[in-house]
Amino acid sequence: MNVSRRGFLKISGAVAAVSGLGINLTPITAYAKELKIKNAKETTTVCPYCSVGCSIIVAVQDGKVINTEGDPDSPINRGALCSKGGSIYQMAVNENRLGKPLYRAANATEWKEVEWEWAIEEIAKKVKNSRDKSFKATNDKGELVNRTEGIASVGSAAMDLEECYTYQKFLRGLGLVYIEHQARI
Amino acid sequence: MTNHWNDFKNADVILIMGSNPASNHPVSFKWIQEAVDKRGAKIICVDPRFTQSAAKAHLYAPLRSGTDIAFLGGMIKYILDNKLYFADYVKNYTNASFLVNPDLKLPGENNGVFSGLVDGKYDKATWSYQKGPDDVIKKDPTLSNPNCVFQLLKKHYSRYTPDVVSRITGTPKDKLLEVYKLYASTGKPNKAGVELYAMGWTQHTVGTQNIRTMCMIQLLLGNMGIAGGGVAAMRGESNVQGSTDHGLLFHIWPGYLSTPTGSLKDLATYNEKQTPKTTEKESLNWWKNKPKYVASFLRSMYGTGMSLDEAYNTLPKIDDGANHSWLQIFDQMYKGKFTGFFAWGMNPACSGAHSNKVRQAMTKLDWMVNVNLFDNETGSFWRGPGMDPTKIKTEVFMLPCASSVEKEGSIANSGRLQQWRYKAIPFYGDSKPDGDIMSELFFKVKELYTKHGGPHAAAITKLTWPYGKHVGHEFVYEPRTVAAEINGYFLENKTVENPTKKGEFKEFKKGDLVPTFAWLQDDGSTSSGCWVYCGSVGEKGILPMRRGQADPTGLGLYSEWAWSWPVNRRIIYNGASVDLQGKPWDPSRAVITWDAKEEKWKGDVPDGAGNPGKGRPPFIMKPDGVASLYGPGLADGPFPEHYEPLECPVEKNLLSPQKNNPAIKRFDKKGVGSDMDVYSGVGTCDPRFPFICATYRVSEHWQTGVLTRWCPWLAEMQPGMFVEMSEELAKMRGIKTGDKCTVSSARGETVCTAIVTPRFKPFNIDGNEIHEVGIPWHFGWITTKDRKYNAKDKKAEVFTTGDAANLLTPTIGDANTMIPESKAFMVNVVKGVK
Repeated sequence: MNVSRRGFLKISGAVAAVSGLGINLTPITAYAKELKIKNAKETTTVCPYCSVGCSIIVAVQDGKVINTEGDPDSPINRGALCSKGGSIYQMAVNENRLGKPLYRAANATEWKEVEWEWAIEEIAKKVKNSRDKSFKATNDKGELVNRTEGIASVGSAAMDLEECYTYQKFLRGLGLVYIEHQARI
Repeated sequence: MTNHWNDFKNADVILIMGSNPASNHPVSFKWIQEAVDKRGAKIICVDPRFTQSAAKAHLYAPLRSGTDIAFLGGMIKYILDNKLYFADYVKNYTNASFLVNPDLKLPGENNGVFSGLVDGKYDKATWSYQKGPDDVIKKDPTLSNPNCVFQLLKKHYSRYTPDVVSRITGTPKDKLLEVYKLYASTGKPNKAGVELYAMGWTQHTVGTQNIRTMCMIQLLLGNMGIAGGGVAAMRGESNVQGSTDHGLLFHIWPGYLSTPTGSLKDLATYNEKQTPKTTEKESLNWWKNKPKYVASFLRSMYGTGMSLDEAYNTLPKIDDGANHSWLQIFDQMYKGKFTGFFAWGMNPACSGAHSNKVRQAMTKLDWMVNVNLFDNETGSFWRGPGMDPTKIKTEVFMLPCASSVEKEGSIANSGRLQQWRYKAIPFYGDSKPDGDIMSELFFKVKELYTKHGGPHAAAITKLTWPYGKHVGHEFVYEPRTVAAEINGYFLENKTVENPTKKGEFKEFKKGDLVPTFAWLQDDGSTSSGCWVYCGSVGEKGILPMRRGQADPTGLGLYSEWAWSWPVNRRIIYNGASVDLQGKPWDPSRAVITWDAKEEKWKGDVPDGAGNPGKGRPPFIMKPDGVASLYGPGLADGPFPEHYEPLECPVEKNLLSPQKNNPAIKRFDKKGVGSDMDVYSGVGTCDPRFPFICATYRVSEHWQTGVLTRWCPWLAEMQPGMFVEMSEELAKMRGIKTGDKCTVSSARGETVCTAIVTPRFKPFNIDGNEIHEVGIPWHFGWITTKDRKYNAKDKKAEVFTTGDAANLLTPTIGDANTMIPESKAFMVNVVKGVK
């Protein structure tokens, strides 16, 4: 019988199943009962840092992350994590995160908290203004190029694949050609 | 990566050069160690510094930063001189037998450059192949013709003798030969060697050629396509493979389709000029399918609301030969080219080479949008060191995005493995997923163009965006819908012939997911956001969510764990793991095996294998079907040649009169760069900056530290900027471990804590003692204690010290990629703070 460690914990929680394994699980059962993740909902994630792609189990109770640990079922990391992956808990539970859109006016010395709706509207106006002023339908040779030369973008390998695709769609739709990101550095 | 992380366990020799996986990809070492424990594999580490990876290696050899081609060129010579190459593989699976234009001149006979160099650019006319009257490339299967690739290779690297290589690299000759001997031992059919590189190879003016030299070695030794072989590009971010696949770069659309240029005036011209052709009878030339991928991409952008031609014309085009890459962006920004700038999920104020220039460049903008999890040096550039906010006009929006555990979606690791992540908790504060933010922005911009019009408004108003739903002012982005669009749909009912079985037809209904990219069409009847991901979503759902544990080959392919592109293939080029009759070179490590009864390959998804004995060359992504020992496609030469870094500690290149890569863009030339682009040690050595410097990483931080500096456990373990130096250098400068030092280059300086270790040793370079130091690039001023804090500013729980390593690095890039040379530049180190 092949039992993954996660499966093993679930089985060991259900006492009736224990004898079927043919080994004594008593100490494990006792341990499992006391785990702080006993009532937690678990989901899996993949580490956001390096490119190995280690799986991590995120345990959540009452909408809060209470534990993160390496996923033993992942063939890549088999439960192991490095110092960064092992500290993912602190990225999830961190009061220093940005919680509000911030705006800095020209020549201002401080940030100002703003509402999303306002920020999106202001940015959209600026995008249109910059695009309209710098849009080139044709180049010096008279070739059709339909591009926006006055806006550049860098980003981002820190986004999900779906977002990367959507972002390039947004940028190319706007006509940008100055499109780059981390892969170039 | 040609292979994948688990595959390291199948190697006999693991060469770590241009990387430090023990520190920077720590979990990968699990599989390196497994190879050592289970197979008795040997680890070789070649690095300027005795790294954590070196500490685990059986054989360590030091080399001076920027001399990898000399080192590896010497290995090619050793392999050829001692006939240690895998002859059958070289003859049948590479272009070794191709005859080259007799007018080609090699650097050894042409003052250090290849023939055709005009004003820093190569005219490649003499790099061509000899062709017969039937337009087929002439070949010499005996590999003895003096103009065949194999003989040219021999001739070119005959100059790379152990003596010369040792004088250039500073690697002791006995160590060189030990490395050559051990690595060349994998040239036998039953041996496998893998090479692991990262930014230690890319961040050079010869970066592409560094990697190519190794690819050539792997081909000579028959190490490509096999289990335990390959060239492993270990990437620096969790989804940088995926972001590259999706074309977030100026030169490519998603799926590595070149960005169209002005002269490709319509779709037909683009397809005609951009689709590779071949005259090799047996070559599959997979890229002949390019028009299908282009058409499907155009459909994914504009749906059926535009014709394919209209969609092509609508999208932006660059000028022929234009380069809009990273260094160019910040150069142009510094010169006032842009009014607007998105730094989305990035921190260029610390990650960009010559960060002082980057920071100054941002003062020239009218507006900037920065999307991040934490306050950072880019969003707050206007209040950084040396800045007077009252004089900076740039309006800045810093938008808070949700973290990876607060949303769902997928990322692709270095092994091309796409894995799904799930939402665990609500968004922090008012933060939102990047997908929601860009959607809301898109719809607002679209509204403005719908209401008020503007130039070429249809490019925006006609973009398809069925990615979720509007809820009040907000938009809820649905990654699963996007994943399906990336895979692709049939846009109409259609009967299609099975691409792998002639005469068999399959019916598709409008809205059906396309099974794999082999089914994509060039007539607009299919869409696919990125063809290499076609096959990732299907009848069985979103395959990157899979958690199957089966491993029938025992090689660790784990084909039911998540999904990898292309078509769930785990080892690409695996058609080269079998001989011409289809028998695995090494039956104990068979990646694919032909089942004669069922008439199909088993094991990994076969790549270019064809049916056994049918003579199909296995490198199907190359037009000629074989891998390129000779590579006439690159900007700086068909064979890699050693050139010195732009800033370097030696007077001349010992191999030729040509000191630097002749094909790099020189920002130091008049009228090219800016007043801020200053250098040292270019023409001649500069005593003001006598030491080589390279940037590197530590385990505890990621990239610029934009996330990790805010995590107290990590900040406590690695609390600040340091400079690592040899005991000899420390003695010379009167520095002790823990002393505050100033490290400076021609462009800037940064305060570092000294770490004096025996891990760096002075190099003996042609009789001169040359020192190298190293600095980590994870730090920045925003999380330091002594900066000015406003009332509402967040303060890191554990402060870090020091500013960015990139304040010191130069604006100079690789000849092919323009990746900056951050691994070899010149600095000074003095005790104390100025």
